[in-house]
Amino acid sequence: MSAVEDVVTEAPAVEAVPKRAMTLGTGTSLVVLAALLIAPVFVKNFIIFQMTMLLIYGLAVLALNILTGGSGQFSLGQSAFYAVGAYTTAVLMEHFNVNYALTLPIAGVVCFAFGFLFGQPALRLSGVYLALATFALATAMPQLLKLNFLEHWTGGVQGLVVTKPDAPFGLPMSQDMWLYYFTLVVTIAIYIFAVNLLRSRSGRAFMAIRDNEIAASAMGVDVALYKTLAFGVSAAITGIAGSLGAIAVQFVAPDSYTITLAISLFLGMVVGGVGWLPGSIVGAAFIIFVPNIAEGISKGLSGAVFGVLLFLVIYLVPHGARQVAILGQQLAGKLRKN
Amino acid sequence: MTTLLNVKDLRAYYGQVQALHGLSFSLNEGSLVTLLGANGAGKTTTLRAICNMVRSTGGIEFDGKPLNNRSTESIVRFGIAHVPQGRGTFTNMTVEENLQLGAITRKDSAGIVSDIERMYAHFPVLKQRHTQQAGTLSGGEQQMLAVARALMLRPRLMLLDEPSFGLAPLVVRDLFGILGKINREDKVSILVVEQNAQLALELADQAYVIETGRIVMSGKAKDIANNEEIRKSYLGY
Amino acid sequence: MELFTNQVLAGIATGAIYACMALAVVMIYQAIDHLNFAQGEMAMFSTFISWQLMQWGVPYWGAFLITLIFSFIGGIAIERILFKPLAKAPVLTNVAGFIALFAIINSSAGLIWDFTIKQYPTPFGSAPFLGSQLISTHQAGMIGVTVLLLLGLYFFFQYTRIGLAMRAAASVPESARLVGINTSWMIALGWGMASAIGSIAGMLIAPVVFLEPNMMGGVLIYGFAAAVLGGLTSPFGAVVGGFLVGVFENLAGTYIPGVGNELKLPIALALIISVLVVKPAGLFGRHIVKRV
Repeated sequence: MSAVEDVVTEAPAVEAVPKRAMTLGTGTSLVVLAALLIAPVFVKNFIIFQMTMLLIYGLAVLALNILTGGSGQFSLGQSAFYAVGAYTTAVLMEHFNVNYALTLPIAGVVCFAFGFLFGQPALRLSGVYLALATFALATAMPQLLKLNFLEHWTGGVQGLVVTKPDAPFGLPMSQDMWLYYFTLVVTIAIYIFAVNLLRSRSGRAFMAIRDNEIAASAMGVDVALYKTLAFGVSAAITGIAGSLGAIAVQFVAPDSYTITLAISLFLGMVVGGVGWLPGSIVGAAFIIFVPNIAEGISKGLSGAVFGVLLFLVIYLVPHGARQVAILGQQLAGKLRKN
Repeated sequence: MTTLLNVKDLRAYYGQVQALHGLSFSLNEGSLVTLLGANGAGKTTTLRAICNMVRSTGGIEFDGKPLNNRSTESIVRFGIAHVPQGRGTFTNMTVEENLQLGAITRKDSAGIVSDIERMYAHFPVLKQRHTQQAGTLSGGEQQMLAVARALMLRPRLMLLDEPSFGLAPLVVRDLFGILGKINREDKVSILVVEQNAQLALELADQAYVIETGRIVMSGKAKDIANNEEIRKSYLGY
Repeated sequence: MELFTNQVLAGIATGAIYACMALAVVMIYQAIDHLNFAQGEMAMFSTFISWQLMQWGVPYWGAFLITLIFSFIGGIAIERILFKPLAKAPVLTNVAGFIALFAIINSSAGLIWDFTIKQYPTPFGSAPFLGSQLISTHQAGMIGVTVLLLLGLYFFFQYTRIGLAMRAAASVPESARLVGINTSWMIALGWGMASAIGSIAGMLIAPVVFLEPNMMGGVLIYGFAAAVLGGLTSPFGAVVGGFLVGVFENLAGTYIPGVGNELKLPIALALIISVLVVKPAGLFGRHIVKRV
């Protein structure tokens, strides 16, 4: 304890969320699943499209949640991974006629590699420094996609048009509805994977690093490996979301994947609750619908209205939707007692 | 003798956990009182509750005025200087800046300058190192700096949290000698929390023994030091 | 060789802008431990206020002074009203708050003053400075003001009691409270000062980039980069970082083939990140050792 200079025991930037608190109970999960399955039958195609986008953004927020809520690393560069996923699918489908479903795993693998490699230099950085590094990635990506020598593949500033797939086996449903169910299946599979990942040995390693990196390494956790792994997994899931997004909007262009997208995903994570996986869908709903609501309230001041709404949300529930869920649980518990 | 600090039925909480269960004690003007007890008994919490750094209920009166619900910084302005556990050194500032910070609430610049010189007389080692970054001092030197910083307030009451923690026995002797001198000569009342019961009892007039958030014993320091039973069952020496 | 010298000079001139912004960033980082993403928008809004005052016939320096005071009070008000309630909320929630503030200010400025580009006057004139084509008297004036500001801040933090109290509150808040410093007001004061410095930056930058609600976007990014490069704990480092980033940016644009305007930013950032990988606390930052 003697003559130490500027030694601090720093509180972790991300709150410790115990792993059981990261998910929903079985009963609630089944109710949500049933609602997601039945809903499209009753609504118009445009709403089905919006629900598809909700799931896609939900996946992207989930990916950030694994990185930040799980391993405590912060990223403003998720839009870059999303773009890589989207372009992988677009290029494979339009230049090589690869089946859309097959492009997803390929995009996942490509993004995993990209994220894993990016995680290497990021190892040395944390907090605001990591934020800056990932931010640089996000600002660079649209410019890189516009580069001349890639133009043959990427279509340059114009981007690429992606064909929307029909329902297979002559199933009697619209393209939108088919894509919704396809996305739903992928989303559920990834959600289950994510829940199990966080409950696994790797998940415990992530959380140990999040809560105290030095202690984790003293316990024998390979900090470098797991930090880059978290980046890889997060990038892979974001990339798959990007692929689905490209198919859903039938179009990719560099300027769809700017830093604004990364910031939206970040806001989605905060609103949903950092570290609470089911919150990802709530956060996705916020970033998809609230800007529209704001525009509806005042066209000229839509940004300001959005800002005010965001402030209201973080005042009321600084811990996001997770806080609402916890309050709900406590209330239910009390009611049961009475 | 007038009562300077009067604590009545003090209860303190960390979140849902209650750490103090109705603690009462008092301290006379000019006296040196020690709170003894094992790890986790609630000694530090008591000091933190006096400065409103932990949620608490109950009555805390200083010189007849209630301290409850005042902010930490306004309690300091009553003349209560708290030397926290771990010393709370401003590590990236110089020794002299640390001393100036101790007097930040005072307005008499001439008095502050002369008080800094007085501190250097009490603790010559601080004078040698006055332009050095405080974080580069040794543990003992930092403890002296913390005491000196507290004295710069010209406090009426000084709260000391385990001043002997982590220090070599010889350094502890020195420090306690200086504390006694400050108490006698500068008429500063002192409330000191200690695990080193033997040493604290030598120095103090009055002692209280805390166990799991309650006072279990109180009396003249001498009597407690001489009572073998108390020593064995509560103080462990 | 002459091209090189000229590019360095030009880099220093733009660097002065970044230095000014970086200084504001470091100020608020010292006070609240967060990077304020809305800092650029606050500066933009202040600059519009000064522009409006001049439209109403207030002379330049009068408008400058009023804007400075307005920004100082405005910064304090924003902290008291919007961010004090979030003091206990998680860090990332605070960051979301900055983004919300960004949206509010940007959108309001657009509604009040619309998005067309406006001319903004300079008090220094825009003739070539000492016969050099690359650096104008305005840019020289900007460098001068930045250096003066830095000296002023150094004096303030080193030799005044309130400066000492602010440093104490930022470095060990709990100990600061224990010596009687009202740390909560020190944070508000930090916001006020950062906002005032930002307004100076805005008013100096506006003649170069022109006045419009999105004028600070790029500048703030370079300002952040400069602050991080110099070390977030050091106002001096921030200013040096600002000049370095300006020079980097210009040299990269000149010497690396294929780098258009579009790629300048990513390359400058990549360079900064490479520096950070080697020196994680920035060039002049204090290294903070963490323990378990």
